[in-house]
Amino acid sequence: MSPDFIIAAIITVVGLSTPILLAGLGELVVEKSGVLNLGVEGMMLVGAISGFAVTVYTFNPWFGVLGAAAGGALASLIFAVLVLQLNSNQVATGLALTIFGTGISSLMGLSFTGRIVMPFTSVFPDVLAKHDYLRLIFGYSPLVYFALIMVPLTTWFLKSTRAGLILRAVGENDLSAHSIGYSVIKVRYAAIAFGGAMAGIGGCYFSMVITPMWAEKMTAGRGWIALALVVFAGWRTGRLFAGAYFFGILMALELYAKASGFSFLPSQFWAAMPYAMTVIALSFISSRGTAGANAPACLGKPFLPST
Amino acid sequence: MRIKLEKRREPSMAMLVTTPIASVLLTMLIGIVVFDLIGIDGFKAVVDIFLSPLLVSYKWQDVAVKAAPLIIIALGLSMGNRAQVWNIGAEGQYVIGALCSAGVGIAFGQTGGFFVVLLMIAAGVAGGGLWAAVPAWLRTKFNVNEILSSLMLTYVSFQVLGYLVGGPWKDPNGRNFPATAPLADSQTLPVWPDSTVHLGVLIALILPFVFWVIMARSEFGYQVRVVGSSTTAARHGGFDSKRTIWATLIIGGAMAGLAGAFEFVGVLHKMDLGFPSGYGFTAIIVAFLGRLNPFGCLIAGIVLAVTYVGGQMAQTSVHIPNSTAGIFQAMMLFFILASDILVRYRIRLIASTKAAGV
Repeated sequence: MSPDFIIAAIITVVGLSTPILLAGLGELVVEKSGVLNLGVEGMMLVGAISGFAVTVYTFNPWFGVLGAAAGGALASLIFAVLVLQLNSNQVATGLALTIFGTGISSLMGLSFTGRIVMPFTSVFPDVLAKHDYLRLIFGYSPLVYFALIMVPLTTWFLKSTRAGLILRAVGENDLSAHSIGYSVIKVRYAAIAFGGAMAGIGGCYFSMVITPMWAEKMTAGRGWIALALVVFAGWRTGRLFAGAYFFGILMALELYAKASGFSFLPSQFWAAMPYAMTVIALSFISSRGTAGANAPACLGKPFLPST
Repeated sequence: MRIKLEKRREPSMAMLVTTPIASVLLTMLIGIVVFDLIGIDGFKAVVDIFLSPLLVSYKWQDVAVKAAPLIIIALGLSMGNRAQVWNIGAEGQYVIGALCSAGVGIAFGQTGGFFVVLLMIAAGVAGGGLWAAVPAWLRTKFNVNEILSSLMLTYVSFQVLGYLVGGPWKDPNGRNFPATAPLADSQTLPVWPDSTVHLGVLIALILPFVFWVIMARSEFGYQVRVVGSSTTAARHGGFDSKRTIWATLIIGGAMAGLAGAFEFVGVLHKMDLGFPSGYGFTAIIVAFLGRLNPFGCLIAGIVLAVTYVGGQMAQTSVHIPNSTAGIFQAMMLFFILASDILVRYRIRLIASTKAAGV
């Protein structure tokens, strides 16, 4: 194995891990507030097309990222209104959001098919970003660094800030949080919108960095992997980060197995691994009482105060 | 004035029936407006998606063939939902069911006939049921959330499909295309003369009655409803909620497997990567739109099948992407979920107690 191959492999893994890391971080915060939003895939697709469209019109990928975040957050608000205001079933509503996002993104994308956008320029000088070896550290899209910064930021927010503490309290025991005087609904609105924005940014990684063009259903099920990732990580940010890169390696193995038949196992084996591992991890987490407590107690349940 | 929600003692029967109809109508109305706004003939798009398949007689068979799997899967899912068991992996059970059915077909080679076809369908039912038994086992043994496990297994099932049709089961005469060899004619389901309507469609029309009898008249149906309404009540009544979880998940999986087997033996006659068509996910909409009632599922299955067929028609007539039908399906589901509150609560407008102009 030549060093070039190894560098290329690592860059592939980073590229595959970043979108699920972004979307997974968002979903983790949503679930910590006690809400299960199965609409990640749909929000990613809406983010992918909104980011792309904004970049086409503004010629600025940074505005594109903002557009993607806004698109994802807007999509998530449909879910939020139904689930929080009308107490609808979270599973069905999330699923509806994914179907809706898939449909609306292909409709929005009609006039953008076949167009190409300006890619991000690197935030580092070419000497570093294009260097044979240093590109391993400096050669990525700004979104990769954004995702990496968001990991400690999210950890800090959840663990050390007052707002994070309230958010976790709402997810663990909404009725108590309500009786102390916190607005469960407002906290969950904010969490869901954040989840939507992060999923949107994760989605625009596909349309603005990987290809960079728009194609229907281009996120190809990664939203579901992001959901699996949150569970796999046992609702912990550190493990979520490790899990995203672990899943990224599995996905890269799948690609290599498909491309060159190098693997001693069929490519489908590697493709199925993230899901199978999640089920296994879930069994361990759920059967051990203590770690299972890490799953927010109110996850997926409607908030029904008596007053 | 402010709005006050008052919990109803009994779910409102009138709302239960009228809200699904209102949801469909509202979806059509909003569809017209929104499509006009984005420069597509909204009226034509909505008429094409919701009405044309019913008005053009040669499309009826397409509607029937698409409605059958939706109805069959939704029946099983709604039984689970009644017990608060959330199987959202029906798509995977559907795929595995069809694969088991295909496995039997391949094992018999060119031999066909009544018993081989029956065995293929039985294999589909067993395969779907077994695939759903995994989440049931994980839930009852390790307390694993079945929403997540059944969904994860769906993605595993797609890879199983990809492996089998691209490897061991690949048609040797198929130009290296990842698909199984087509079934022999004697291995397929009987169809209505000069149409594509197969025997499974008839069964999809009969099954709602069977499920209605089970749910409304049998002790098992009663148990499902009690477990769904409250686990404590179930315990006091001496019902084992674990058994209900097992039973409803396996029945849901078996129905999805049956639908998969019908689709394979009755419609497609071969397995390829395009087999997972989303019926298992759409059936969740069907179950909700049908208010988890067997006859509701029957009607809702037909409505959703119409939008599928209509979506394809609109693709050529008004040039909107096929997935637009998905927007309408999602909107219907959004409305039906939103209107749930009208079933359970009474909305009262009451004069504000505070003085105006705070």
